[in-house]
Amino acid sequence: MLKIEAVIQPAKLDAVKEALIEAGIEGMTILEARGHGRQKGHSEFYRGREYTIDLLPKVKIEMVVVDDMRDKTIQAILGAARTGHIGDGKIFVSRVDEAIRIRNDERGETAI
Amino acid sequence: MWSRCIKLLLLPLFLGFPAMALAVAPALGPSSPATQAQIAALQQAVQNAQSSGDNAWMLVSAALVLLMTAPGLTLFYGGLVRRKNILGTMMQSFAMMGLITVLWALVGYSLAFGQGNGFIGGFEHAFLRGVGLAPNPNYGGTIPEQTFMIYQLMFAIITPALITGAFAERVKFSSMAVFLTLWSLVVYCPMAHMIWGVGGVLNIAGGRWPVFDFAGGTVVHITSGISALVCCLYLGKRAGYPQQDMPPHSMVLSFIGAGLLWCGWFGFNAGSALNAGPLATSAFVNTQFAAAAAAIGWVTAEWIQNGKPTALGAISGAVAGLATITQASGFVQPMSALLIGLVAGIVCSFMVFEAKKFFGYDDSLDAFGVHGVGGTMGALLTGLLASGAINAVFGKDAAGKPLPTGAIDGNWHQVVNQAVGMGVGWSLAIVGTLLLLFVVDKTIGLRVSAADEAAGLDLSQHGEEGYDFNG
Repeated sequence: MLKIEAVIQPAKLDAVKEALIEAGIEGMTILEARGHGRQKGHSEFYRGREYTIDLLPKVKIEMVVVDDMRDKTIQAILGAARTGHIGDGKIFVSRVDEAIRIRNDERGETAI
Repeated sequence: MWSRCIKLLLLPLFLGFPAMALAVAPALGPSSPATQAQIAALQQAVQNAQSSGDNAWMLVSAALVLLMTAPGLTLFYGGLVRRKNILGTMMQSFAMMGLITVLWALVGYSLAFGQGNGFIGGFEHAFLRGVGLAPNPNYGGTIPEQTFMIYQLMFAIITPALITGAFAERVKFSSMAVFLTLWSLVVYCPMAHMIWGVGGVLNIAGGRWPVFDFAGGTVVHITSGISALVCCLYLGKRAGYPQQDMPPHSMVLSFIGAGLLWCGWFGFNAGSALNAGPLATSAFVNTQFAAAAAAIGWVTAEWIQNGKPTALGAISGAVAGLATITQASGFVQPMSALLIGLVAGIVCSFMVFEAKKFFGYDDSLDAFGVHGVGGTMGALLTGLLASGAINAVFGKDAAGKPLPTGAIDGNWHQVVNQAVGMGVGWSLAIVGTLLLLFVVDKTIGLRVSAADEAAGLDLSQHGEEGYDFNG
């Protein structure tokens, strides 16, 4: 089992979600997040005072998939979230030891 | 066809009978007791009708002015602070609705509107003694005095609430409550008495220096705005200001608050006519015009300076225009109101953008930059632009022409009177505020501890949080 985390532009959430569902992903968790990578922030003005906002709003999608879904999932996110500009976000893939369904204590891949 | 002709013929008959009945009545003779009673009854009916109309408007106005404090000002200020201080900030204004109301009932109203001397009212109306449901000819002769009393209370509430914008995010709730309660007695009541109270030295009707202050440009905005400046200078900056960014945490709340302030201001200004007559209309129109022009002025100034028209600029400009037109609202022509608004928007934005940066004081929510500056400008502009055609306060000459009122009518001396009123307002605010801050600071301490300031007023002062995500 793999955990795939994608930090994306908030505006791309709907497109990514649809692409993931089309690719066969059944469950996901969406988090509102703030952050920045190499893309730094922007300026905001409040009553003439300039504020540098370096933590920008992002959306983080987390999902756990079976190993075979790895490439399909990554392709779905890349296809939907990419604009080609700085700030498009990142995808992280990591291994997951166990998944447990709280309702009935199912374990492993069937619990995903 | 025929039936219509008959109806037309019958019509004069129906109209005629009541007319004949009226024509018969005087035939009894003017001195007949029945006629006298009828006339007296009619006069009473006319008076009652006017009183009902005026009272309806004044009660609505009183509610509108209270709406300005909460939720208007509480939301406007609440959105501008950081999220950890929203309840603390809202409570500072809301506390005035409790404290000043009780104070007003006990002695406040008497000290502001009792006879007293030229500077402060007496104690004859303490505990509202003698303040009943009959009109007081000195204070809006067609409405119950209690209506006048409750309407004026709403002004007494919002004035100290405005000051809280200057010391936001760093004052103890207890010392804020003590300070502003005393401030109401030491600064607000005397100022209101001098300008609006019977026998006040700055009263239009018979004062030594008649000051035009229709709805409280000097009484409310100069006193609160200047006291705000003194407060933020005395208290010092918030921890981390100006190196640390402290942008508003919710512009949406501030937006709603500003909208409510604008709307409530119609009660503030148009209600200050103390009746529902044409003067109220004049003040209503001027209020709208100045707010609109000031919003445009502020936004344009910052658009040129910073490259973008901001939402906060639009609402700050509107509030600045409202504060500035307050004093002039029942004295000037609509075109003058547009001009006053435009000047207010541009000058107040300059004070908030540049002067604050230059002098380096932390007027957190710009209570001075908006209310102090707007109020001061309004005082002087009223002297320049007051028109006898709108409000013939000095009466009319034999030909029925209004006597010169402001400089625009040729009465330049009024500008001097306005400057005296402004000077008294500034002086009283500076001296009274400094004195009270010193006393409160030395006895119970003004500022929260550094740890409490870092934790935020919501948690440290009230043990609550504005936003709970555990629902």
